[in-house]
Amino acid sequence: MGEMEQMKKEADGLKTQIEAARKAVADTTMSAASAAVAPAPRVQLKTRRTLKGHLAKIYAMHWATDSRLMVSASQDGKLLIWDSHSGNKINAVPLKSSWVMTCSYAPSGNLVASGGLDNMCTVYNLKTPVVKTVKELDAHTGYLACCRFLSDSEILTASGDTTCALWDIESGKQKTVFLNHVGDCMCLSLSPDMNTFISGACDSLAKLWDVRDGTCKQTFQGHTSDVNAISFFHNGNTVITGSDDCTCKMFDLRADQEVISYQDAQLNAGVTSLALSVSGRLMFAGYDDFNCNIWDTLKGEKVGVLSGHDNRVSCTGVPPDGMCVCTGSWDSFLKIWN
Amino acid sequence: MNLKNNVRLRHTENLLSSCFREIDENIEDIIMRIQDETEGVPVRTVKSFLSKIPSVVTGADIVQWLMKNLSIDDPAEAIHIGSLIAAQGYIFPISDHVLTLKDDGTFYRFQAPFFWPSNCWEPENTDYAIYLCKRTMQNKTRLELADYEAENLARLQRAFARKWEFIFMQAEAQVKIDRKKDKTERKILDSQERAFWDVHRPVPGCVNITEMDIRKCRRMKNPQKVKKSVYGVADETQSQSPVHAPAPRCRKDTKDDMEKEVSFLKTQLDRHCMKMSKVAETLMSYTEQYLDYDPFLTMPEPSNPWMSDDPTFWELEASKDPSQQRVRKWGFSLEEALKDPAGQEQFLRFLESEFSSENLRFWLAVQDLKRRPLQEVPDRAQEIWQEFLAEGAPSSINLDSHSYERTSQNLKDPGRYSFEDAQDHIYKLMKNDSYTRFLRSNAYQDLLLARKKLETDQGRRTSLEKFTRSVGKSLSGKRLTGLMQSS
Repeated sequence: MGEMEQMKKEADGLKTQIEAARKAVADTTMSAASAAVAPAPRVQLKTRRTLKGHLAKIYAMHWATDSRLMVSASQDGKLLIWDSHSGNKINAVPLKSSWVMTCSYAPSGNLVASGGLDNMCTVYNLKTPVVKTVKELDAHTGYLACCRFLSDSEILTASGDTTCALWDIESGKQKTVFLNHVGDCMCLSLSPDMNTFISGACDSLAKLWDVRDGTCKQTFQGHTSDVNAISFFHNGNTVITGSDDCTCKMFDLRADQEVISYQDAQLNAGVTSLALSVSGRLMFAGYDDFNCNIWDTLKGEKVGVLSGHDNRVSCTGVPPDGMCVCTGSWDSFLKIWN
Repeated sequence: MNLKNNVRLRHTENLLSSCFREIDENIEDIIMRIQDETEGVPVRTVKSFLSKIPSVVTGADIVQWLMKNLSIDDPAEAIHIGSLIAAQGYIFPISDHVLTLKDDGTFYRFQAPFFWPSNCWEPENTDYAIYLCKRTMQNKTRLELADYEAENLARLQRAFARKWEFIFMQAEAQVKIDRKKDKTERKILDSQERAFWDVHRPVPGCVNITEMDIRKCRRMKNPQKVKKSVYGVADETQSQSPVHAPAPRCRKDTKDDMEKEVSFLKTQLDRHCMKMSKVAETLMSYTEQYLDYDPFLTMPEPSNPWMSDDPTFWELEASKDPSQQRVRKWGFSLEEALKDPAGQEQFLRFLESEFSSENLRFWLAVQDLKRRPLQEVPDRAQEIWQEFLAEGAPSSINLDSHSYERTSQNLKDPGRYSFEDAQDHIYKLMKNDSYTRFLRSNAYQDLLLARKKLETDQGRRTSLEKFTRSVGKSLSGKRLTGLMQSS
């Protein structure tokens, strides 16, 4: 026991030193530094499309790399592939389990994946005459909260069993397992160079992982409740998170700490999802109170609201070309705004 | 701001518990206080036309009490909080199915503790059927079914066709029990029961706030305590709902865990932290640099396809001729240039002109290797070695001896990351050397300044035509506002 206590003391001592080091570099705040920057214009976005087709709560959506196709997952037990500009449904993939929580579009456009309470990540081929199941990735012992393709042969998953995993789709095996979180993993986001990814979990932490060696490189704390949403800033050095504590936060990898918090005394609803505009200046965050708020990421101010859903906004996504933002809701509709 | 740990009631994922962040109590404490005989709101029996309305308070009284006792200055905020309490069913309007709080003379009642959300209710449809059924058995106007309830009952009759006799009997039994109660007591109990069902089977148009994110369901307190039946009916259909699977057990910290943590913390401490001012500076310059490429901040040309319904922008992007704006982006960083297929092609051509294209080809081959299925990796790695690094390789690349040694060692057991060192080295070489020359090259400058040769002058004219056409279309259409906003 004595040894454990000694190590605990050492750990606590190190934590204090780390805190001190972080404080030492905090020579200003983001809000102060950005005071000189011209304010982002007051954003009033309109609904350009309402995609109707799901019969129950939508839990997830993901844009394809062509910025026109997208996949959405609903508890009606279907994945729908949309040509969002025309509003046409290209494909409807029936799911074995209707308790779906996540979906993802492969960068190539050939595959989509989904997963949920079945603890599995199922990969489907969209290019065969009839959509076929390519693989059922089965090794997690908890629900599948999030999945993202790196390529047609690799996919990353985040699970309620507190682990994330990198899979080789062809063999169906986990190539790397990322162990460190102590709460259900809820979300993940790949860095632009795909060498690292960041995950958010119910332990209120966000962690940075190296895809190559499977180690946790950095841990970010600051939230006081589940981290439901996470996204890399396009510069690859900054990360934004959204949590049940009703705030979003920006963390910088280089400063190793929280940079700014996006919160409002009037906001009493948890954040379910978030997405960044191409420049990163604007952040779209979906909340439980049925709205999606638009934040100026530099100044930490709310600059707009997307109201239109009749139930909670469960997912948000900006396509690669940044032309619009899509919100998906428990009201079974997807809306496209700009 | 005190973040007192509220009782994590089953339904307080965020809505109420976070609302009470600033208030140092939980909802049930407040509900107890507000009903207190001396300190609470006065609960009265009101004389109405032909009868008495027992045990009510007005909405205005509730709002007043909340403002005074929770130190709220703004009545709007008190109404907001009161509505959240009502939405959970702790207080309810006696004459409305919609559960909100109004700051006027509307009458409200307090919910019986039996029906409180903290009892972890998950009433089944069989219960709901019994409830609706028993209401039709009594000749009271106040118990008549609303339209949506009649529809629900019809639907449930179809769904439970086989066990309807059972449900009917249960309903009759409940009516018998109800009849034994005192008239006033019945009025109150009936309204409380109705309010309970208004929470769990809301009026169409109202959101069912008892619906939880299935990912969070499992971590609720005491899943074993879930109450499923109001009327004591055992439910045979589902032994365990899919959302109530047991949570994975938590491991205790072992010595190994502690060692890992200490080593992790040491690495963290060694890490160089960038100054916040520098971080802010880089973020501001990044967003500034990409301002022109953010369609939310700069109107894209010729138009945003979502606003104008004109896909010209996408067609231009897909065409072989990259726009000046796109070409300019290649100058931001080597990453940007390589991200764009057209940029990659131009850079490759430039390197060919300098007889150093093997560097980029090597880099691309390794990128591809990393994304291959595991099975193919060893062979492909060998091929790359043969092509670029082996003695007498056809596309020999220039590596420092250290990287060369490391790579050759890695190839003894080839994997996806065998070439990481080599790739890093080559990338730095391209970035610091070839890339800067590329940006100064005639080929790049020509594209950047749109200095096109004679043969492609035709191309430029048709793009201009297309642009004019689309502008004309947008101006004449309803999408005038979009373009106007940009100027």
